[in-house]
Amino acid sequence: MSDEHIDEVSGISTTGHEWDGIRELNNPLPRWWVITFYITVGWAVAYTIAYPAWPMLSSATKGVLGYSSRNDVKNELAAAEAAKGKYAAAVESKSLSEIASDYALREFAVAAGGAAFKVNCTQCHGSGAQGSKGFPNLNDDDWLWGGTAEQIQQTIAHGIRFASDPDTRLSEMSAFGDIITADQIAQVSAYVASLSGKVRDATLLQPGAKIFAENCVSCHGDKAKGNRELGAPDLTDAIWLYGSGETAVAVQVRAPKHGVMPAWIGRLGETKVKELAVYVHSLGGGE
Amino acid sequence: MLDKTQMERLEAKAVNSAKTQQPLYAPRKKVFPKRASGSFRRFKWLVMAITLGIYYLTPWLRWDRGPFAPDQAVLIDLANRRFYFFFIEIWPQEFYYVAGLLIMAGIGLFLITSTVGRAWCGYTCPQTVWVDLFLVVERAIEGDRNARMKLDAGPWTARKLVLRVSKHAIWLVIAVATGGAWIFYFADAPTLISEVFTGTAAPVAYVTIAVLTATTYTFGGLMREQVCTYMCPWPRIQAAMLDENSLTVTYNDWRGEPRSRHAKKAHAAGQRVGDCVDCNACVAVCPMGIDIRDGQQLECITCALCIDACDGVMDKLGKERGLISYATLFHYNANMMLATAGGSSSINPSLVRTAVGTFCDQVAYFHIRKIFRPRTYVYMGLWSLIGLGLLYSLLTRDRLELNVLHDRNPQFVTLSDGSIRNGYTVKLLNMIPEPRTIIVAMQGLQGAEMSVVGSDLPADRFFGIAVEPDRLKMLKVFVRQPAGEVRHAAQTFKFRVEDKANFESDEYTATFNAPEIAR
Repeated sequence: MSDEHIDEVSGISTTGHEWDGIRELNNPLPRWWVITFYITVGWAVAYTIAYPAWPMLSSATKGVLGYSSRNDVKNELAAAEAAKGKYAAAVESKSLSEIASDYALREFAVAAGGAAFKVNCTQCHGSGAQGSKGFPNLNDDDWLWGGTAEQIQQTIAHGIRFASDPDTRLSEMSAFGDIITADQIAQVSAYVASLSGKVRDATLLQPGAKIFAENCVSCHGDKAKGNRELGAPDLTDAIWLYGSGETAVAVQVRAPKHGVMPAWIGRLGETKVKELAVYVHSLGGGE
Repeated sequence: MLDKTQMERLEAKAVNSAKTQQPLYAPRKKVFPKRASGSFRRFKWLVMAITLGIYYLTPWLRWDRGPFAPDQAVLIDLANRRFYFFFIEIWPQEFYYVAGLLIMAGIGLFLITSTVGRAWCGYTCPQTVWVDLFLVVERAIEGDRNARMKLDAGPWTARKLVLRVSKHAIWLVIAVATGGAWIFYFADAPTLISEVFTGTAAPVAYVTIAVLTATTYTFGGLMREQVCTYMCPWPRIQAAMLDENSLTVTYNDWRGEPRSRHAKKAHAAGQRVGDCVDCNACVAVCPMGIDIRDGQQLECITCALCIDACDGVMDKLGKERGLISYATLFHYNANMMLATAGGSSSINPSLVRTAVGTFCDQVAYFHIRKIFRPRTYVYMGLWSLIGLGLLYSLLTRDRLELNVLHDRNPQFVTLSDGSIRNGYTVKLLNMIPEPRTIIVAMQGLQGAEMSVVGSDLPADRFFGIAVEPDRLKMLKVFVRQPAGEVRHAAQTFKFRVEDKANFESDEYTATFNAPEIAR
């Protein structure tokens, strides 16, 4: 690194570095490049001052602009809530029939109810509200406790056989395994199955009908059409919560299962329950 | 009498003349194009008037589409996702028309380039047109080439300041007008212009104006030829597009060389003398600042102003025009062979001339037939095919469409009477700006009926649905088939929509799902 060395071919000075006779030309960076570089350095420093950057013991420096991505999310959520505010307030103040008659409001309630359904209801009723054994399909037109929007709202709000809610829908079928004999259970099951057209042994029907008249009509009605006041299912239709056919019916007669649905009013509030009711009512079976 | 061969020599030098020694980060050498005059210059004025006219005036053309659609002839309605072009209305899913037009533009560019070279660059490219416009302003204020060079080199006097400020001010006005015109393609122009001036237009309108003002001013006023040389990919692509039969602006050195500033003296001394008097007029007028006599180069946009300049000089000298001319490499090579006696000597211009001084018969000239060759036939064929295809598709396209989406979850619902219900989202697209009543019917699926959710219509196999003009109507439709009629777990049937008044219809084949047990 002594005297300046000029490369003969290009006429450009070299850096003084030499490797086996190969020298490095001293071509300085273009000025615009260097200036840009320093600008970016300055920008980086200013950025770490302006925005949260430096890790400290418990958190990072806050930055003089006070920016926070959490605040951004909070503001965006607040803005989204505010945007929904008009409709949400309308849903809260209006009755279900008023909501149903207002196209835009109904659309909003269906969308909001659909979202709430995905979060709270799909665990039992399925993401398409299609239900499964023991969990009713909400798309169909068979309702244990009634299919008007108001009845659905009542069911969602207070649940079914949900002990801690005094307004809950309550009913229980006796376990007939302790009341009638196994043969009688087989007979009445065959009769019940025959009501929706599936019969195996016709000789069971006569005694089965007698047993039915003696034990079942008080809840299921003398035409076995059920009773929504009691949540007693219609035994003449094609929809069976615990399975169709003599065997499934017999199981249910002997030791009935009783599903429980929680009351949602305390957890979701009246507006959400209303929205859910509008959504479920819109699925195709609403009355 | 003045020696005719003694033309005034202009002080001009090609900016890329020292190519071999140019450092990588050299500052720009300023170009001060001299005003040219001649037939190509006149043609360029005409092209400029037409292209600028189209750009500025198109949004103001009106086109009556009835009460349910905008009356702007050309409108890109982003908010409603519609594109209007005179009698054509395009919905987003018909974007392939735009894609087709872009492909046609691409092939058209190939066709033009393979026949007349970079005519796009030289005449119609917005960069060229706007630089030309900016140069008009510059010349009007600062004077022609020499005055501008003097002003640029001189100190900052009050006069220079006034000239420069007024030049840039007018440039900015043009730039704002350019950016301003752009936004009118995206909204109703008369409404928007009052909004823009009253400050009530959407922020994006002002941002667009600002961005386009900045780009117009920077590209047209400050960067000019650098945009073509450094930023634009077309100069690089053109090499692949040109062939030996493409017309390019060519310096015919077979008649021009050896160039001589003192032709008579040289002639008297028995030296060969070409037609070029080395006056540099071609370099002085060049907006790219290059010397066409160095041969074809990527900077050349073939604006042909050097042809005008040289023809003017040749006229004054009493020589034939066309020392710089549109020529093909094929003819150039033929003439070069002639002038060099088959390549055996350096250029001898006397070989291309007869004893009386006219060009001899062997000199080749461009003929229009050269345009028609297999390559251009292929381009023309492709271009026309795509064009005809688009036209056919446009004339026969549906203005009534049907889209159906089958509910997937649940796929079917068993109802209390044992019948099976499937849900469908049916979308009716009324693509004309008139309200219509559309018949929605189902075909097949024995015994089934459909009902529209949220309507009072009783279940039936067909409905009349009113659809708003130029809108999509979405229906939630439940199709219900009695238990006894279900044949398979998956039956197909058709939704059919029909507009009897306009003889239009569309069909969609849908699937109806049922549980296996219901067979």
